[in-house]
Amino acid sequence: MEKVLFIAHTDADGNLPKAALETLTAAKATCGDLTVGLIGADVQAAADSIAECGAEAILGVSGDAFGASRYSTDAAAIEALVKQAAPEVVIAPNTARFARSMPGAAFRCGGKIDTHITGMFREGGKLEVQRWYYRQRMSATLSREARPWFLLLEGGLAEAFSGAGSAIVQTVDVAVDNVRTEVVGVQAPDSDAQTIRPEAEVLFVAGAGWMKKQADGEVKIKDAEEIILGFLDKTQASLGSTKSLVDQEAEGDVLNFMSHMNQVGQTGSTPRHNKGLATCCHGEEPHTVGWRFINERRAISLDANCGWAQGKADVLYIADAFEVMKKVNELL
Amino acid sequence: MSFHIVVCGSLVPDPLQTLEPMQGPTGPALKNEMMLPAVLDPWAGHALFEAATLAANVPGSKVWLVSLGPKAKLQQLMMSIAQKVAFDLVAVDGPAGGFLDAFETAEALAGAIDGIAGLEKDKMLLFGGCASSSRDASVTMQLIGERLGITDQFLAVDELKPEADGSFQIMERIEAGEYLVSKCAGAPAMVGWATGNLPEPPNNPQVGMQNMRTVMPALQQAKPAQVGTGDVNFTKVEVPQQRRETKIVKDTPVEEIAADIVAWLKG
Repeated sequence: MEKVLFIAHTDADGNLPKAALETLTAAKATCGDLTVGLIGADVQAAADSIAECGAEAILGVSGDAFGASRYSTDAAAIEALVKQAAPEVVIAPNTARFARSMPGAAFRCGGKIDTHITGMFREGGKLEVQRWYYRQRMSATLSREARPWFLLLEGGLAEAFSGAGSAIVQTVDVAVDNVRTEVVGVQAPDSDAQTIRPEAEVLFVAGAGWMKKQADGEVKIKDAEEIILGFLDKTQASLGSTKSLVDQEAEGDVLNFMSHMNQVGQTGSTPRHNKGLATCCHGEEPHTVGWRFINERRAISLDANCGWAQGKADVLYIADAFEVMKKVNELL
Repeated sequence: MSFHIVVCGSLVPDPLQTLEPMQGPTGPALKNEMMLPAVLDPWAGHALFEAATLAANVPGSKVWLVSLGPKAKLQQLMMSIAQKVAFDLVAVDGPAGGFLDAFETAEALAGAIDGIAGLEKDKMLLFGGCASSSRDASVTMQLIGERLGITDQFLAVDELKPEADGSFQIMERIEAGEYLVSKCAGAPAMVGWATGNLPEPPNNPQVGMQNMRTVMPALQQAKPAQVGTGDVNFTKVEVPQQRRETKIVKDTPVEEIAADIVAWLKG
């Protein structure tokens, strides 16, 4: 089996994100000799947290310049780790930081890269991966001849690795020069509440129906805000939206906590949650693409014939979402 | 300080179309791919609109659109987007499917950018979508950037604010709905756009007429590019059959539906 380098970066607290620990488990299960490469301001705590992973060596690129997410320093750090470990396969979590920097590092190392990997296994001894094309419309199983082969794995492929101890980190020096980008910090989106919660059990998807005229001929934006925020508050669900709803921002009337960041589907995210409840949605986006990785799915719609909800949702309630969700909030 | 903004963007099948994979002579492809109506890749579209707005706000700036695709389909695409914003087209004649190798695509696009007459690399902002809606890999723009020697790169960007000295502040989407805010000393830089903050511009026939003066010659002069699936070996490509047995609940009191949903949420 191939010699593997697992690379992870630390989070703001110096720990490894959950996605990294899941990726480590997947790498251990599928590949051969393992080396770990860590990037961060200080990687010792992160190394200790996975000390029992069975790696031949734990390499570290550390220093203030590597604490922040920045293309130039991240790509240089990855390149140095790969050149030091000389792996055949490089496996890392598909975080925003690595999604940005790993392709360039792969190019510098003369390798190839595949991202958004949702499955990794061996077929006849050959390493194969699964990923989606055309925005989660079709899946492909593929392999590559080129080495090193860089793979960015999506979260949820395996249980998070657990095996802390005392680790010895071999420092890999990386020259930091000509840095032209200064990281200012992290900012929450401009909204009244933090409504995107990747770790939530439930995804609540709001569609454009919330902004349409109701039975009495009135548009009830305030009621919609109250009901949706009330539900999110009581369940700690994550909020998703259809494109048509967030696009209404440009037209003036909009739910004030909703932004393009909430959008699921073709030009939005494809979140992973155990349960999904779609309300006032119509069309393929929320029900198919945005729901690809939702296990249990229910929808509330006034359209019994919605061809996208039928066959995609487990339960389709034909009812007024305003009334139903108001009652749900009362019961919660 | 002005910018030379190069936008990479090509065509993808209209999202409303049903897509079906098939085995082509060199690898997987879409059934009736050449017949499918195409649109400008959505995130590349946002990049183009942001580029035009930035160029309008920073005097002396200029926008090029570099597009790799079958010449005939690019011509159709230009009929719809050329009326939106002003740009100079650089066309590259080749395939534009999702199963093509990002490395070969990047090589073809970087070569085309290298050949743009009058492009000043020290003023260059390389724009594109943060991912295509065909391959959806978020890889190509970084590879083009590397080939062009650009080491300041940003992905999933929603905002770029230029300063008078040529530097700019940039907001990138990261996990959990948050933004990473950075300041870059200035061009050259690669910016892979998410949706940005701008609505799609309305059609402007005057802009369309102005663009078409350069679009048609650019299409005629489009150089062919050899882009394929590279070293990728596709074992299987399929549309998932995920049809679920949907239980329809109708003519049921709101209280009952709500109670059912609450029981499910708590279960």
